Amino acid sequence: MRRPLGLAIYSLLALVFLLIPIGYTIVFSFNDSTRANTTWEGFTLRHWANVCATGNICDAVGNSILIGAVSTLIATVLGTALAIGLVRYSFRARASVNLLLFLPMATPEVVLGAGLAAFFFNIGFAAGMTTIIIAHVMFCLSFVVVTVKARVQTLDPVLEEAGRDLYANPRQVFWKITFPLLLPGIISAALLSFALSFDDFIITYFNSGPVNTFPKFIYVAAARGVPAEANVIASAVFMLAIVIVLVTQITGAFKRRKLSA
Amino acid sequence: MAFAAFGSAPAPNQGTSRKSGKFVLALLLPGLVYLGLFFLTPLISLIMTSLEAPDSSGAIGAYVYAFNIQNYADVVANYLPQILRSFLYAFVATVLALLISYPLAYFIGVRMRRYPLIQRLMVTLVIAPFFISFLLRTIAWKQILSEGAPIMQWVHQMGWLSSSQYFIGTPAAVVFGLTYNFIPFMTLPLYTTLERFDLRLLEAGADLYASPAKIFRKITLPISMPGVISGTLLTFIPIAGDYVNASRDFLGSSKTSMIGNMVEADFLQNQDYPSAASLSVLLMAVILILVSVYVKKAGTEDLL
Repeated sequence: MRRPLGLAIYSLLALVFLLIPIGYTIVFSFNDSTRANTTWEGFTLRHWANVCATGNICDAVGNSILIGAVSTLIATVLGTALAIGLVRYSFRARASVNLLLFLPMATPEVVLGAGLAAFFFNIGFAAGMTTIIIAHVMFCLSFVVVTVKARVQTLDPVLEEAGRDLYANPRQVFWKITFPLLLPGIISAALLSFALSFDDFIITYFNSGPVNTFPKFIYVAAARGVPAEANVIASAVFMLAIVIVLVTQITGAFKRRKLSA
Repeated sequence: MAFAAFGSAPAPNQGTSRKSGKFVLALLLPGLVYLGLFFLTPLISLIMTSLEAPDSSGAIGAYVYAFNIQNYADVVANYLPQILRSFLYAFVATVLALLISYPLAYFIGVRMRRYPLIQRLMVTLVIAPFFISFLLRTIAWKQILSEGAPIMQWVHQMGWLSSSQYFIGTPAAVVFGLTYNFIPFMTLPLYTTLERFDLRLLEAGADLYASPAKIFRKITLPISMPGVISGTLLTFIPIAGDYVNASRDFLGSSKTSMIGNMVEADFLQNQDYPSAASLSVLLMAVILILVSVYVKKAGTEDLL
């Protein structure tokens, strides 16, 4: 417990370092710039008031939201089922199943992207919305399983047994007991999945064909200078996400305190 | 965090596996079939593509399967600098991220335990970068560290870089960006192990007259080893395959190209699919070997 202050100061500096580009991105969403958003030209709300002004940025964001929503839905359903099956039941192929779920997380994105692109190319399936969604479900799935699995492990099987003892049928046990208890885990898995999908660039770039997404828009624009409207959208998404996370974190801290009190 | 969750396969809860069989299959099958179709099959497809040769027409982008192992030799001969660079950058950035993250994770996970609200707030700040575009964060650094920006003027005044030397476009800038972008992937798993660690062990060490350095070496570090392992894997793997930071429009230049840049160029621009596929397979193979060696050396056999 010597010099606790040194470590505290270091930690604060490290956090500030992590936040610098976020602050920069938000500040430059208010920059009165015309094309390339590189030097500070003065404050304006113009970009916030008229986000869709630049090219096809809003189409790209719309695509990203649609892709995120559909892939999150599919990945969450498939992943939750996998997580319940893995924790609750013992079976022989368990180790191989764990390995199959681990591998997509241990594979560099560029390999996943090129692999899927080669696969679709070889079977003659044109790249577009469908191929992007297929790719996103694939890489989100393992993360959903990890997140929901942690929640299933904390679940006391006695609660479900109590339900069965009271003559609830398996469906009632699942929807009235298991599902509500798993819901916080399922929600965080879905949020994580959406965040991963919305921000994915590398895998998407290999499998998007003519379809534009928000990260792809930024990547292509980076050669000429990214317009401030991109900062507006990123800042808005960031603030929304931070509010959601803060609310869940703070209510979680209070719940924990109540339980331990 | 993610890796640790897979590693510690807990004993399945008893009592509920009554009507297993078909029910388990119904839960597991859809997800597993999905991964089989869209993860395993593409990897096989990639290996097949890596063995193709140009077809007789000689048209750009037209290839036939030919078991052409020569592709691998060509790729190594053509792209050796990029291959070595990728692993060198990934190694340096991973070590830097570990050095930066460990004290931070220790502070949040151990020192802040008495203040759960502040602890959660700090964890939120660590993951905050995930919620804003990875590409825009990298562009932000490019502009903050560009010539003419206040920081670089200061660096030149201090004489750390001569006026003709730029920072953006150098290997140092790329490693800087890679380190920055992957710090949260290192901090989170470290935090998860340090947050659970029993502080009475530290007291026991001090009671036995161990110096703080010895306590760290003999108690804290070994206990946090699972976090160190998952953190380094979660950082090293994506960095080795990254191509955004090293790209010319971001922090790099043509002299900092990594494997990912070459795969992108060969696949999407040059339509040289066999070359892109061989490079990808090579990257995947090296990473799988590194991961298994690393895990064995570190003694966490149950990780996979």
